Amino acid sequence: MTNNLLEIKGLTKAFGGLVAVKDFFLQIAPGTLTGLIGPNGAGKTTVFNLITGMIMPTSGAVVFQGRDIVGLKPFQVYRLGISRTFQNIRLFGELSVLDNVRVAYHYRSDAGLFDALVRSPRFRDREREITERARELLSLLGLELRERELAKNLPYGEQRRLEIARALMAEPKLLLLDEPAAGMNPAEVGRLMELILSLKERFKLTILLIEHQMKVVMGICQQVAVMDFGELIAEGTPAEIQNNSRVIEAYLGRPGGAGVA
Amino acid sequence: MKKVREIGPGWWALVIIVFFLLLLQGLIIAGLVNPYIQTILCYAGVVVISALGLNLIYGYTGQFSLGHAAFYGIGAYTSALITRLLPGWGFFALPLGLVAGALVAGVIAFLIGLPILRLKSDYLGIATLGFGMIMNVLFKNSDKVFKVMGGAAGMRGIARLTTFLWVAVIAVLAVVMLRNLVFSAVGRALVSIREDELAAEAVGIDSTRYKTLGFVIGCMLAGIAGGLYAHLYTYLNPDNFDFLKSIDVLLIVVIGGLGSISGTVIAGVGWALLLEGLRIVLPSAVQEWRMVVYPLVLIVIMLVRSGGIMGRNEFDFLKPADYRRR
Repeated sequence: MTNNLLEIKGLTKAFGGLVAVKDFFLQIAPGTLTGLIGPNGAGKTTVFNLITGMIMPTSGAVVFQGRDIVGLKPFQVYRLGISRTFQNIRLFGELSVLDNVRVAYHYRSDAGLFDALVRSPRFRDREREITERARELLSLLGLELRERELAKNLPYGEQRRLEIARALMAEPKLLLLDEPAAGMNPAEVGRLMELILSLKERFKLTILLIEHQMKVVMGICQQVAVMDFGELIAEGTPAEIQNNSRVIEAYLGRPGGAGVA
Repeated sequence: MKKVREIGPGWWALVIIVFFLLLLQGLIIAGLVNPYIQTILCYAGVVVISALGLNLIYGYTGQFSLGHAAFYGIGAYTSALITRLLPGWGFFALPLGLVAGALVAGVIAFLIGLPILRLKSDYLGIATLGFGMIMNVLFKNSDKVFKVMGGAAGMRGIARLTTFLWVAVIAVLAVVMLRNLVFSAVGRALVSIREDELAAEAVGIDSTRYKTLGFVIGCMLAGIAGGLYAHLYTYLNPDNFDFLKSIDVLLIVVIGGLGSISGTVIAGVGWALLLEGLRIVLPSAVQEWRMVVYPLVLIVIMLVRSGGIMGRNEFDFLKPADYRRR
């Protein structure tokens, strides 16, 4: 019995003849920050989709807190304590910023349909608790002045932060961030790194993040896993990865090969 | 946190609206409103109740349904049968009929919704259209099971139990309940499914469950509206529940604004008044022009306000404090 929070064992996903993820292994210890990197099309996002139940693996297991979660639906995986953000931000555009966050806590409320219809005291209490928690998160992410705006009207960087706030709403144990720094300038990336570290500290999170910006990966990750063509090709500390010949090959090509960068 | 709740604009609006409706009821009792106008007013309420149901399904939850009139018909026939079977129940006949109509419509919506709500947009529209056609055929052949349902010739001899007061009370209740629903955790879950179903699942929303919930509640409202309709016109013809009638409700919802209760109320009342009102206003020689005026109004509204009269907005008094703009 290990005490890893997440263990991915022999995960394989084939889309017809294309094997997007092939016999993939990964262990994540509680409280760590792991980076998942690799060239475009390596299968990183597919791994996220497999963990969160959005697609079914062809074979293999995803063990979260000692339990195989393969076959669970996304909302069930979320309720167990795994939440994620998306590479192409997926907010609820026509909902307000506040509601985007509040909706993510919905399942915890024991106030049901009838409570809502008659606005029972229990409904009011739960609604107030949810709203307080949502506001707390929004202010942590610097969005407290935006709460009544529609999510679709926020600038890009704030949309990314809102997605993180939403993902934190249900107190996840494992947070999956899919390219959180995409499209950000160097100053914003710096602030994002600090933010991720402080949120991790504050909420005792374990984080797995996909990232292309090496500054982020090398700067905050304790462990890095590298994928290429659906396979895990290297694993280790950022320093080890930087000097790994298979990684360099995956990114830059084989020395003396047809060298087109 | 203050403990004492102040009386918000919502309560004031409710008081004013109830007062206004009671005033109308007073005029009716005093005999100042002729029966024809009374019928139009009742019909407006029936249209609003049914359209609110479709708005919950399509406007809020984003599930495209072309079968709404079928559920309206199910409610109409069910409640008409019930009041036929319970002739001596007096005052309680209509409420019992309406509850039965709502329940049967809800149960059928649940059974049909489970398989077809997996479908997306256009495909769901076609599936609900198919369901509407099946129901239409069943209504047309209903006399083979229950002679009183009349089949293609229509069902006659339904008691005229629907009064303005009944319609007004139920319409106000429908608006209040729907408002409470959409401005709640349940409502946010429904809208999140409309906005991005996958992301909704990714934040813990059981989308199958909520789509079904929205569909069932919306169809129950259609069932109640159908029951009121049956006891208003006292005659049911299967053609009144075919897919063209579903399109009518769809138009009202789109014109009012998808995801706006205020818009549906305005468009529903406007629809009934315009369609029937023109009958009174226009001289008989140009009655035929009704069907010209009316589509023109549709085109103009869509050109001027493409998101519907209200868009996704509500009158401020309908919104709870945490949804109002400061």
